[in-house]
Amino acid sequence: MGLQALFFYLFAFVAVASAFMVIASRNPVYSVLFLILTFFNAAGLFLLTGAEFLAMILLVVYVGAVAVLFLFVVMMLDIDFAALRAGALEYAPVGALIGVILAVELIVVVGGATLSPEIAKNSAMPIPPVTERTNTAALGDVLYTHYAYFFQIAGLVLLVAMIGAIVLTLRHRQNIKRQDVSAQVARTPATAVEVVKVKPGQGI
Amino acid sequence: MEIGISHYLTVSAILFVLGVFGIFLNRKNVIVILMSVELILLAVNINMVAFSAFLNDIVGQVFALFILTVAAAEAAIGLAILVVFYRNRGSIAVEDVNMMKG
Repeated sequence: MGLQALFFYLFAFVAVASAFMVIASRNPVYSVLFLILTFFNAAGLFLLTGAEFLAMILLVVYVGAVAVLFLFVVMMLDIDFAALRAGALEYAPVGALIGVILAVELIVVVGGATLSPEIAKNSAMPIPPVTERTNTAALGDVLYTHYAYFFQIAGLVLLVAMIGAIVLTLRHRQNIKRQDVSAQVARTPATAVEVVKVKPGQGI
Repeated sequence: MEIGISHYLTVSAILFVLGVFGIFLNRKNVIVILMSVELILLAVNINMVAFSAFLNDIVGQVFALFILTVAAAEAAIGLAILVVFYRNRGSIAVEDVNMMKG
C-alpha cells in the first residue's frame, strides 16, 4: 500500500467520522467544530487528486468564512439546544433506514466504477502537466477565458447574497438618536437661532 | 490496491448520505440542518474534483469553484433568515415555522 493510499484512507476515514459527529453531537458548537475538521480532511482529499487551488480555497472559504459564520450564529442565539433535541430519536429509525438504503444503492452503483484510460486522453480541456503549468494558473487559464461569463455571474450571486443578508438583518430601532444629514443641511439661521430679550436683573 | 475514482465516489456517497440523515435526525434544529446541507454540497464537490482528476479535464474544478460560491451565498442567506426568524419568534424550531398557515 503506497503512501497515497495511506493518506487517502486517513483523510477519508477522519472526514466521514467527523461528518457523522456533525449530525450526532448534542452541542451545535461541537457540530461546527467537527464541520471544520471535515472540511480540512476534504481539502486533504482535494490535494491528493491534484486540485491544490480548490483545496486552499475550500479552507479559506469554508473554514474562514462559512464555519465562522455558523459559529457566530450558534453563539449569538440564546437557545436551549437540549429542548430541540428532545424528540430527536423519534424519526431516527426511519431516517437510518432511508440512509442505509441510499448509501447501499450509491455504493453499489459507484463502488465498482472504473474509467477507461482512453476517456482521459480525449478530454475537452486537459489538465496540463504540473511541471509546465501550476494548478492555479491552469485553472485561471480556463476560468477567465471560456468561463468568464460564469465567473461574472458567480460574483453577482455573491453580491446578491451580501445585499440580501444585510437587508434581512438590518433593523431600524425607533428610540435611538441618529444623524439626519438633510435636516442638518437644511438648517437656516431663522430656524436655528432664537433671539431672546432679557430684562435687566432677571433670568430667562 | 490503487486508489481509483470509485474510492473517491464512495467517500462522497457516504458524506452525502450522512448529510441527508442529518436532516432526518435534527429535524427541529435549523442550524444543524444548514450544516447538513453544507455536507451535501461538499460531497458534490468531491465528486466534481474526483471526476476532474480521473478524466484529466479541468472543467470539473471550475464548476467545483462555482459550487463553492453558491454554497457560501446559501450559508450567508440561510443564516440571515435564521437570525430574523429568531428575532420574530424567539425560537429556531422548524415546527414553529407556521405563521403562513391559514
